[in-house]
Amino acid sequence: MSVDQNTVRKVAHLARIAVQEDELDHFAKEMSTILDWVEQLSEVNTDQVEPMTSAVAQNMRVRADEVTSPPLRDEVTRNASGAEDGFFAVPKVVE
Amino acid sequence: MTELTKLNLAEARDKLVAKEITAQELTQAYVSAIEAARPLNAYVLETADKAIEMAKASDARLQKGEGGALEGVPLGIKDLFCTKDVRTTACSHILDGYVPAYESTVTANLWADGAVLLGKLNNDEFAMGSSNETSYEGAVVNPWRREGDDTQLVPGGSSGGSSAAVAAEIALATTATDTGGSIRQPAAFTGTVGLKPTYGRCSRWGVVAFASSLDQPGPITRTVRDAAVMLKSMAGFDPKDTTSVDAPVPDYETALTGDIRGLKVGIPKEYRVDGMAAEIDSLWQQGIDWLKQAGAEIVDVSLPHTKYALPAYYIVAPAEASSNLARYDGVRYGLRVDGENISDMYEQTRAAGFGDEVKRRVMVGTYVLSAGYYDAYYIKAQKVRTLIAQDFAQAYEKCDVLLTPTTPTPAFGIGEKLDDPLSMYLNDVFTVPANLAGLPGISVPAGLSANGLPLGLQLIGKTFDEETLLRAAGVLEEAAAFTAAPEAWWRA
Amino acid sequence: MTDTSNYIEGLTGSWEIVMGLEIHAQVVSNSKLFSGAPTEFGAEQNTQVSLVDAALPGMLPVINEKCVEQAVRTGLGLKAQVNLRSVFDRKNYFYPDLPQGYQISQFKDPIIGEGLVEIDLPDGSTKDVRIERLHLEQDAGKSLHDQHPSMSFVDLNRSGVALMEIVSMPDMRCAEEAQAYVKKIRAILRYLGTCDGNMEQGSMRADVNVSVRRPGEELGTRCEIKNVNSIRFIGQAIEYEARRQVEVIEDGGTITQETRLFDSKAGVTRSMRSKEEAHDYRYFPDPDLLPLVFTQEYVDAIAATLPELPDDKKARFVSDYGLSIYDAGVLVSEKVRAEFFEDVAKGRDAKMASNWVTGDFFGALNKAGLTIETSPVNAKQLGELIDLIKDDTISGRIAKDVFEIMFETGDDPAKIVDEKGLRQVTDLSAIEAAIDEVMAANPDKVQQAIEKPKMVGWFVGQVMKATSGKANPQAVNKLLAAKFPPSAED
Repeated sequence: MSVDQNTVRKVAHLARIAVQEDELDHFAKEMSTILDWVEQLSEVNTDQVEPMTSAVAQNMRVRADEVTSPPLRDEVTRNASGAEDGFFAVPKVVE
Repeated sequence: MTELTKLNLAEARDKLVAKEITAQELTQAYVSAIEAARPLNAYVLETADKAIEMAKASDARLQKGEGGALEGVPLGIKDLFCTKDVRTTACSHILDGYVPAYESTVTANLWADGAVLLGKLNNDEFAMGSSNETSYEGAVVNPWRREGDDTQLVPGGSSGGSSAAVAAEIALATTATDTGGSIRQPAAFTGTVGLKPTYGRCSRWGVVAFASSLDQPGPITRTVRDAAVMLKSMAGFDPKDTTSVDAPVPDYETALTGDIRGLKVGIPKEYRVDGMAAEIDSLWQQGIDWLKQAGAEIVDVSLPHTKYALPAYYIVAPAEASSNLARYDGVRYGLRVDGENISDMYEQTRAAGFGDEVKRRVMVGTYVLSAGYYDAYYIKAQKVRTLIAQDFAQAYEKCDVLLTPTTPTPAFGIGEKLDDPLSMYLNDVFTVPANLAGLPGISVPAGLSANGLPLGLQLIGKTFDEETLLRAAGVLEEAAAFTAAPEAWWRA
Repeated sequence: MTDTSNYIEGLTGSWEIVMGLEIHAQVVSNSKLFSGAPTEFGAEQNTQVSLVDAALPGMLPVINEKCVEQAVRTGLGLKAQVNLRSVFDRKNYFYPDLPQGYQISQFKDPIIGEGLVEIDLPDGSTKDVRIERLHLEQDAGKSLHDQHPSMSFVDLNRSGVALMEIVSMPDMRCAEEAQAYVKKIRAILRYLGTCDGNMEQGSMRADVNVSVRRPGEELGTRCEIKNVNSIRFIGQAIEYEARRQVEVIEDGGTITQETRLFDSKAGVTRSMRSKEEAHDYRYFPDPDLLPLVFTQEYVDAIAATLPELPDDKKARFVSDYGLSIYDAGVLVSEKVRAEFFEDVAKGRDAKMASNWVTGDFFGALNKAGLTIETSPVNAKQLGELIDLIKDDTISGRIAKDVFEIMFETGDDPAKIVDEKGLRQVTDLSAIEAAIDEVMAANPDKVQQAIEKPKMVGWFVGQVMKATSGKANPQAVNKLLAAKFPPSAED
C-alpha cells in the first residue's frame, strides 16, 4: 500500500479537508488503490518527451491595460457568509 | 402536448420560424413534461416562470421575423454553467445557495440566439463521476431500463441530468461539459447524441472548473443535426478565456451532406480492450461496415499509448481539480462551517461541503503535486499525455476520423459501482484520450444491447474539424437508424 | 582583497553576513495582472475587485499586456536576460486574502533571467550585485486583524495587482550594501516608470535573506525576514538578525531556516512559525493560461524606448557637466533629482547649478523634511536665482539670503530682490564714496594698510557692511587695490 495513514493526515491538511481518525484507513486504502494503479505509467519510456501543459497549440493572448471592471462590491460579497461593512469576514487570523 | 415534445430541435426550430407553433406552447409542453418527470431527478432547479417569460419574448421576436438561430427553443442547462441570478451549485453542498451575478459565455450565446431556459440539470458533483451518483442533489435515474427489469440504471456522468433530460424528452437539447467523457459516455448510456468539441472551441468562462486543461462544453441532443445547430450557437471566440481559439465558427449544419465517399476512417486496434463485451465489439464492426458501405475507406491505425490514457488522466485531472477547488473555502460564497480558527473553518467547511468522490480526487491531486511526488506523477503523466497526442497526430496522417466504441459496457445499475472507484473510472477508457489530446469527439446511438439498452459509437476528429466529424456522425446515424425510445415509466 | 571591515566580531571570532534580497515591486499599470479591475491605492474596501479577483466560480485570468511590457522593460533596465518564453505557475496555499487558494506566479520559467546591478556605496565606491531572476505574480488582498474582537476582515482591492519579484543573488555583505541595493533598484524602477517605488504605500517591499558564516566558509542557514517596508528598517532588521544568529551559534545553537517578521517598534525580528507550518506549495503550470511567448523584435522595440538610466546619466553628468563623481551620484540617485538638476543647469553654469542643488537646496529640503515634489522652490526659480548671481544683480552672499526667503515664501528671486532692495551696488562712484568714507573714519587703519597691503581685507569687510552687503565685491576689491597698490617687496 503506497499511502499510509500519516500521509493521508498530511495530505488532508494540505488540502484543508478535515478527516476523522476512523476515516484514515478508508482514505489510505482508496488512495493507494488509485496510486498503485497509475503506477503503470512507469512502464512508458518518456526520456526525450516534453510534458504537455495545454491542449491548445497557441501562445497566450494578452489584453489591453484597461479598466473594464466596474466596482462590484455588492456582486462579489452578496454570497458571502458573515460579510460585514463591505469586508469579507473570517475567524481571527493570528500571526 | 406530448406531440410537441416529440419534435427534435431542428424540426421545432423550423416550425417556430414557420409560425406553425409558438415558443410559449412549446415551452409549456416542456414545463409540463418536466413536472411529470420529477422521479428522474434530472433537473435540480426548474425555472418555469422564467421559461414562459423568455418564450413570450421569443414569440414577439418570431412574430417580427427577428428570431435568432435558436429562437424559442427550450433548453436544459447543466448546473456547471453559471447562470445570472439563477442558482448554480455544480451540484455540490459547498456551493449551497450560490447565485451568480454573471452568465457563462456559452449560455449567454444561447440566450442571444433566442433559446429558452427550462432549468438547471443535475450532474456529478463538480462533474467528477461517470454515473451522476456523486451529485449532492441525488442520483439521476436513466429513462432507459433493461428489458423486463425495473432496476434503476445510471444515465452516465457527469452530465447525467443532461443526457436523461434529452432521452426523456424533457428538454429539446441540453448543455453539458466533457472532461474525460462526461458528454459522450452519458449520451451512449441514454441513446442520445453527445458532442465534445475541440478544446478551445467553446468558452470555459463562467463554467465551474473541474480540470482546466481538459474541460470543454458541448451539447447533448437527439440528433446529429441538432448537435450541429447547438454547437454553432455555443461555440465562438471569447477574449475572456485565454484558451479559447480565435477561429471562425462554420455553419455546421451545412456540413451534414451525407456524403463521406473517400473519407478515411481509422480503426485503432488498441481500443479492442480485454473484457470488452462481445456485443460492443460486434457493434463496432457493424459501424465499420456502415461507413464502408457509405463509401468511406477503412484504415487500420495504431494508438500505442491508449492504455496509459486513463492512468495519466487520473493524475492530471485530480491535480488540476485539487487546485481549482481550493477557492471553495467558505470565505466568499457557499457553505461555511464555523471552526475554532481559520484553518479549522477551512477544514470543517470542506469536509462537510465536498462529497466522497470529490474529496478522493482532491486528495489524490494534492498528493501527486506535493513535494517529492510531482515529477514521478504529474510530470510523468503530462509526458505520457504528449505521447498520446503524438499518437493521434500520427494516426491522422493516415485517416480523417477515428471510429471506436463510446463505452465498454451499457448503462449499469445505480449503486453497482459506487464502492469501486477503479471500475467506475474504467467507464471512460475510450473517451479520455480525446480529452488528453484536446480533440473533438461525438457519440452516436448505434444499437441496443442484448438486454435492450442503448449503445453508442464514438467518432474522434481532427482538431477544429467538427465539420468532418459531424458529417461522418450524420452518416453513421442514418445507417444505424436508431429509433428505439424508453417507455415513459416515470409518468405516474 | 577580502574586505574585512564588514565583519561582525563575536565572542569567538569574526563572522561574515551574507544577504540576498527579494524585492516585490508593484507594476505601474491601470488594471490588474489578470483582470480589468483598477489598481489605484487607497480605494474603499472591496470596490476594486472584479469577478476574477474574488475567484468566483468559473472565472478565468487573462494577462495584461502592459504588465508584460513593464516586466520586460525592467529586465532590460537590470541588464538581464529576457526570456522569450515563460510560464505561469500556481503556488497553492490557503489564506483568507488569497481568494483562488493559489497565487499565479512564475516558478520554473520566469520572464526575466540573470542580470546585474551596480550599487553605489556611501564611501563613493560601487559594487556589482547579481540578479538571479525577475518574475511576474499576483499580489494578495489584505487582512485586517484589528477591526473586530474575534474576526479578521478581508479587503481584496489589492488581490491580483501585478507584482514583479526581483530576486538577487546572495552578494551583499553588510546592511549598507543591502540598503544601497534597494535604493538602486528603486531608482532604476522609477527611471523606467515600471514601479513608483513607494515603500510607505507598500508598492515596494523587500524580503531579506540573512545568514552568517565564518569568513571563507560554506554559506550558513538563512532566515528570511518578510515584508520589510522601509530602507531604514532593512538596515535595522539586518543588523539585529545577523547579531541574533551569531549569538545563537556562539551559544552552541543552530539556525533553523524560517520566516521572520521585523517588528519595527521593538527593532527586533520574530519567528513567524504559525504561517510556516507544513508549507508545500505544489507549484504546477496554470492550466488556465498558455505559455507567454514573444519575439526578439518585441523586446528590441521596448529597448528602443528605454530612458537613460542612473549609471549612464551619472557618466554623462561627469563628462558633459564636469561634475564630480560624488555629486553626479547624488544627483542621479533619484530620477526627480536628476531632472531637477538638469532643469536648473540648462543654459547655465552646470557646476554652479550642481552646487546650489546639492548644497543649499537639498540641505533646505532635508531640514524641512520636504521632497522635491513638495518643495516650495522649483527648478525655474532656482535657475533664476543663479542668473541673478551671474549677471551681477546680487552677490553670492546675498543669494543665500534670497534663497532662504524663497524657501520660506515660495516667491520668485527677482521679486524678493526688488522688494527687499537687495540689488547689488555696481555704481563705481557710489562704492568709491563708501570707501572714502571708511578711509576717512579710520586713518590708523589706512596707515596700517599702506604698510601691510594684506590689511586691505579689513576695508573690504567694512565697505560691505556699510553697503549692507550690496556692493559688488569684485568692484570693491578693484577700487581698494587702486588705493593701496601692493609694494614691490610683496
